[in-house]
Amino acid sequence: MGRYVVKRILGTIPLLLAITFLIFMFIHLIPGDPARLLAGIDATDQEVETIREQLGLNQPLLVQYGEYMKGLFTGDLGNSVKNNATVMATILPRFKPTIILTITSMIWATILGVFLGIIAAVRRGKPLDYFCMIIAISGISVPGFWLGLELIQIFSVNLGWFPTAGLETARSYVLPSITMGCGIMAILARFTRSSMLENMKEDYVRTARAKGLSEPAVIMKCAFRNSLIEVVTVASLQIGGLLSGSVMTETVFSIPGLGRLLVDSINYRDYKVVQALLLFFALEYIIINLITDIVYGFLNPKIRYS
Amino acid sequence: MSETILEVKNLRTEFKREKSYVTAIHDVSFSLNKGEIVGLVGESGCGKSVTSMSIMRLLGDTSGKITNGEIRFKGRNLLDLSEREMQTIRGSRISMIFQDPMSSLNPPIRIEKQMIEAVRIHENCSKEQARKIAADMLHEVGIPDVENTLRSYPHQLSGGMCQRVMIAMAMACKPELLIADEPTTALDVTIQAQIMDLMKKIQKENGTTILLITHDLGVVAQMCSRVLVMYAGRIVEQADVHELFYNPKHPYTKGLIACVPKIGSDVRRLPSIPGSVPDLSVMPKGCKFAPRCQYASDRCLKGEPDLVLVDGRENHWIRCYLESKDQTM
Amino acid sequence: MAEESVVRQSAEELPKPKSPYKEFARKFLKRKAAVVSLIFIIVLALVAIFGPMVIRYNPNAADYTALLQGPSPKHIWGTDEFGRDVFARLIAGTRLSLSVALGSVVVGTAIGIILGLLAGFYGGIVDSIVMRGSDILFAFPDILLAIAIVAILGPGVINVVIAVAVFTVPSFARIIRSATLEVKEAPYVEVARSIGCTNSRILWKHIFPGTVQSMIVNFTMRIGTAILASSSLSFLGFGANVTEPDWGTMLSQGRNYLNTAPHMVLCPGLLIFLTVLAFNLLGDGLRDTLDPKIK
Repeated sequence: MGRYVVKRILGTIPLLLAITFLIFMFIHLIPGDPARLLAGIDATDQEVETIREQLGLNQPLLVQYGEYMKGLFTGDLGNSVKNNATVMATILPRFKPTIILTITSMIWATILGVFLGIIAAVRRGKPLDYFCMIIAISGISVPGFWLGLELIQIFSVNLGWFPTAGLETARSYVLPSITMGCGIMAILARFTRSSMLENMKEDYVRTARAKGLSEPAVIMKCAFRNSLIEVVTVASLQIGGLLSGSVMTETVFSIPGLGRLLVDSINYRDYKVVQALLLFFALEYIIINLITDIVYGFLNPKIRYS
Repeated sequence: MSETILEVKNLRTEFKREKSYVTAIHDVSFSLNKGEIVGLVGESGCGKSVTSMSIMRLLGDTSGKITNGEIRFKGRNLLDLSEREMQTIRGSRISMIFQDPMSSLNPPIRIEKQMIEAVRIHENCSKEQARKIAADMLHEVGIPDVENTLRSYPHQLSGGMCQRVMIAMAMACKPELLIADEPTTALDVTIQAQIMDLMKKIQKENGTTILLITHDLGVVAQMCSRVLVMYAGRIVEQADVHELFYNPKHPYTKGLIACVPKIGSDVRRLPSIPGSVPDLSVMPKGCKFAPRCQYASDRCLKGEPDLVLVDGRENHWIRCYLESKDQTM
Repeated sequence: MAEESVVRQSAEELPKPKSPYKEFARKFLKRKAAVVSLIFIIVLALVAIFGPMVIRYNPNAADYTALLQGPSPKHIWGTDEFGRDVFARLIAGTRLSLSVALGSVVVGTAIGIILGLLAGFYGGIVDSIVMRGSDILFAFPDILLAIAIVAILGPGVINVVIAVAVFTVPSFARIIRSATLEVKEAPYVEVARSIGCTNSRILWKHIFPGTVQSMIVNFTMRIGTAILASSSLSFLGFGANVTEPDWGTMLSQGRNYLNTAPHMVLCPGLLIFLTVLAFNLLGDGLRDTLDPKIK
């Protein structure tokens, strides 16, 4: 097991390096002169040259990459052109709303998704199954930004139950959470259902019935117990997607989170911030995948004891 | 005559296929006496497993339905019981073991927990007592390192060990009837012999009745006192084991026996029964075996014979026109 | 011989094998949701092709006497902030939205298939490069990759197509790779190899057909995802074009009039939703029909 963990951790290092390089290259991939882009259209040649020097863009690429990596390890991600502050100072206050949203939507989506999935599997082929699966496939198909706007329309504009934007009260989180979690709920419902159906065909379920276990016990203790490992895996893999899914939700609800910051920074051509956010989203995704893999290993005795 | 444990009368089980129902087993009747081992043989797809799942009433998840007949266990018709009453019988009075022992145990759960669960469903006892029963049972089925086995996960055990665990689990509540559905098919030949010896020992020591489902006539000859031969969802011949092997009557039984390779015989050409078991939805009209039977006459293609006693024999029943010439159509 | 005649007789009794296409059609037609979705998609495609020729209003013609009107007999889905007919704009937008989605998925699928086949068939270093590459792309979840690409390239139809295509490639490459690995071990491919088929022949004649089923299913589903992704980009303002009618852009413009003209959000959103839903249901139906193992 220890070897498995070490192997998985070492395995992600090349991936991390490749990703940092790609994100470092981001600024160079933009067509045109990055220094001029950063300086703005009406900057003089002198100003452009100063920026070039400041950013070290006149040095060879590899030296620049080295500087960039050094910056990463010391927490120096450069300066935001828009805010006149460091990138770190720009990003840090944006974490809280995104993380709260991610957690709240994850919680309701997992509970409801797994619940619907189990019900659908147990009532397979019956009206209830179709009902759950219609909810699920709708959840996958609905554009989050539209759902968000319709929720605002109905619950904020018409009924006045929730604020339309911002994050003043706990109530403000309700509609964004629903919007953000919808897709995950749907994915988990579908996954739980197919995993349950798969497991209910297994021989050990027949054994459990032959032992004299009642049907609810067979479903929960036996079939679901086996699905649980996979469901947990799939659910945690969704967290990575959720953080970046915040882009749409935060734009719709005008929430000052990381996703919104990304959109604003792209619009302002604040490339250092864009770079830092992309790096964060990618790292977060890789790390969550890594943790998921390791946890999966712990939950699955076949991997734990080999 | 000793006490009858199980009596199956005119059992009929149907499966839903898209729109129509097809009959998987038809008019199956037999009885099992206390303490005997009865073999149920036939090719795959002839309804052996459906029969056993019908007795356990575990067809629910396969869209199968018992549409006729009685299954009397110690006089009580199991088909009249509620699902809840049936649960108290499964695993305590009637137990079952299966073909693939490795996949019949739940992978992420320790043997210990699975066995304790099996005991505590039926017996009102503490975890410690249940664990003690489990350990005793494992000892009884010949597992050398009981403590280690209890702490293991299924994938850490070999196939033979898993089957021993399955048997221990099935026997934990001292059932009167054990249904063994091809218990050794997935195992090596040497392990197979050990498991068979174990089942024989259990039958002797506990007086358990065993219904042994198999397609291996060698196993039947070694284990059983009586044999039921099934074909296309019907019992086609039923006799004591000696009678069946030395005096087989049904052409299908004869074919099966001829297929068993014998040491010393000419093995250059293994005999086989031509054709295959008919599909449930396209059953032939008359005798279900007629299309594969070399003695089939017009009569066999038109009407289906009943299960009748062979002339001049006790306990030898057959479903064939050839041996019961007086039977009317 | 008596035995042989019996065998022949029973072989004749077997039902004749049905045509695989007929069998497929028969099974598919049973899935009503998928059939309805297919009809919806066909109608949508017809609208995309012929719609702009038959609509009453010029989708770009402003009418300052009819701003932000709700649905009425004159404008069945109302007008927008410039008095343009929302229905006409949606019809016109169908062409752009569908062609962006289709174009990007076709490009992404083609690249993904080639990479997946090569990776699965040759293994070794080719496999490592393709798989590590897709790992890197996968590290930018969901539309983040598309956003990053558009951030680099700037808005525009072609750039959106590229962005969505890139985001389609890795999933296809992976699916095709694992399907290839599975098929590669199949006895019929070993037979082909044993009779001396060349690699490229095995690849195209034997392995490729074995992956078609999973490709059809994935292709269908991916179009739904591509419509979601491209309309998301449009909504964020990174989309194709602000002047050309486009579902996502219309929705984003309607956002500002949620109080006064809710139809401006409702109509395009519902259309995106139903279109994506149709592609997903069709994909589900195809999967269940083609591969009954997965349920």
